[in-house]
Amino acid sequence: MSRLITRRKVITTALTALGGASGLAVAARLADRYGLIPPDHGGLYGAGETLTYASHRLLTARGSLAREFSRDHISKVAPVNGPPPTAFDYQQLLRRGFTNWGLEIDGLVARPSSLSLADLRGFPVSRQITHQACEEGWSFIAEWIGVPLGYVLNLVGASPNARYVVFYAYDDDWESIDMADAMHPQTLLAYGMNGSELPAGHGAPLRLRLPRQLGYKSIKYLAQISVVDSLKDIGDGSGSSAPGYGYSWYAGI
Amino acid sequence: MRHSALVRATHWLTAASFIALVVSGVAILLAHPRLYWGETGAVGTPSLIDLPLPFMLTGQSGWGRYLHFLSAWIAVLTGTVYVLGGLRANHFGQDLFRPAHPAKYNVMQRITYAAVVFGLFPLMIWTGLAMSPAVTSVLPMLVTFMGGQQSARTVHFIVATVLVLFVVGHVAMVAFAGFRRHVGAMILGGEPSASEVQT
Repeated sequence: MSRLITRRKVITTALTALGGASGLAVAARLADRYGLIPPDHGGLYGAGETLTYASHRLLTARGSLAREFSRDHISKVAPVNGPPPTAFDYQQLLRRGFTNWGLEIDGLVARPSSLSLADLRGFPVSRQITHQACEEGWSFIAEWIGVPLGYVLNLVGASPNARYVVFYAYDDDWESIDMADAMHPQTLLAYGMNGSELPAGHGAPLRLRLPRQLGYKSIKYLAQISVVDSLKDIGDGSGSSAPGYGYSWYAGI
Repeated sequence: MRHSALVRATHWLTAASFIALVVSGVAILLAHPRLYWGETGAVGTPSLIDLPLPFMLTGQSGWGRYLHFLSAWIAVLTGTVYVLGGLRANHFGQDLFRPAHPAKYNVMQRITYAAVVFGLFPLMIWTGLAMSPAVTSVLPMLVTFMGGQQSARTVHFIVATVLVLFVVGHVAMVAFAGFRRHVGAMILGGEPSASEVQT
């Protein structure tokens, strides 16, 4: 092989590598802008998480609905994963039937609010009979009653710059979801289950219900909701307390 | 047996991701080693199979899930390259479905490999996706055809077990036929000696 071809090859390879690298950089920026990068995207496992989250966001971009079931599919057994919070303030609220409980809503909203259970029950009621699967492997079907989160976000005037909704619970867990999930019609702030009030073990007085993701994403015992444009400065920046326990932020699989 | 570079590269990528999938799959399974049929199942409801394994509720499924989905992506992307490359090179036609005479592989080998590549691996992907509430919101048929989310989980486990048995048999056959030569051929693409091809 002549030197000329070798040099040409070197130049071509270098240009291809440069093009590939800048292509990747552009792809990463575009993916970030269109919300295809999960907060726990770092490290080796982060590559798998990013592929899963991005592909699911593209796949569900038309607002696909989780499967709903008829009433006779409701499970007789609806296991509870762990006891309600033992913190004094929660126990006091529980004893008083959550009469003085309020959901604080702040962040990028025009009207920061505190909503009582009566306020929430006064909003349009949404009911769904959906499948809830735990990442451990067990599952049940139940009816969930509540108000669509999107309705409440519109009511308080969530900013167009909002990218995530962060949830804080009485057991010190916290969680966040993207706006695609937050505005999804099946995403509920649920105060009822199977025709009655939400039982304590299932997250009384109010839990998130997110049927397109696994159970651990449907955070219980809600105290506060915050609308944000970035998760970087919240906690350790990983988007929820789940990565701290070793579990992924996105739980659609 | 002369293996093409594509077959050799995808073979070892598949081997590595398969090991990672089995290890992480066991870590996930140990969180709840009971299998059910239908849509739902939990402690307190009838099970299909109670595996003689301990419940390990110490968070092993967290890294298990991270590793499982990363290696699943590697396995699926590798499998896609393998199948597209194999179709282009007529690898499946020549070696599996319409073999030349004398054939490289006997009829049992051809049936087994065809079943693994075109039956069991696709079934693993299908049942895996059928457990995803996000994927089934787009393609509910994936899970309803299986008879429910728990049925998909059970089939996923059974097919995984069959694949592990296949790998055990595969490695045993390679050992029987001349381990060093055959593994060398799968790494470097060389030709095993005539005496070993006959065994």
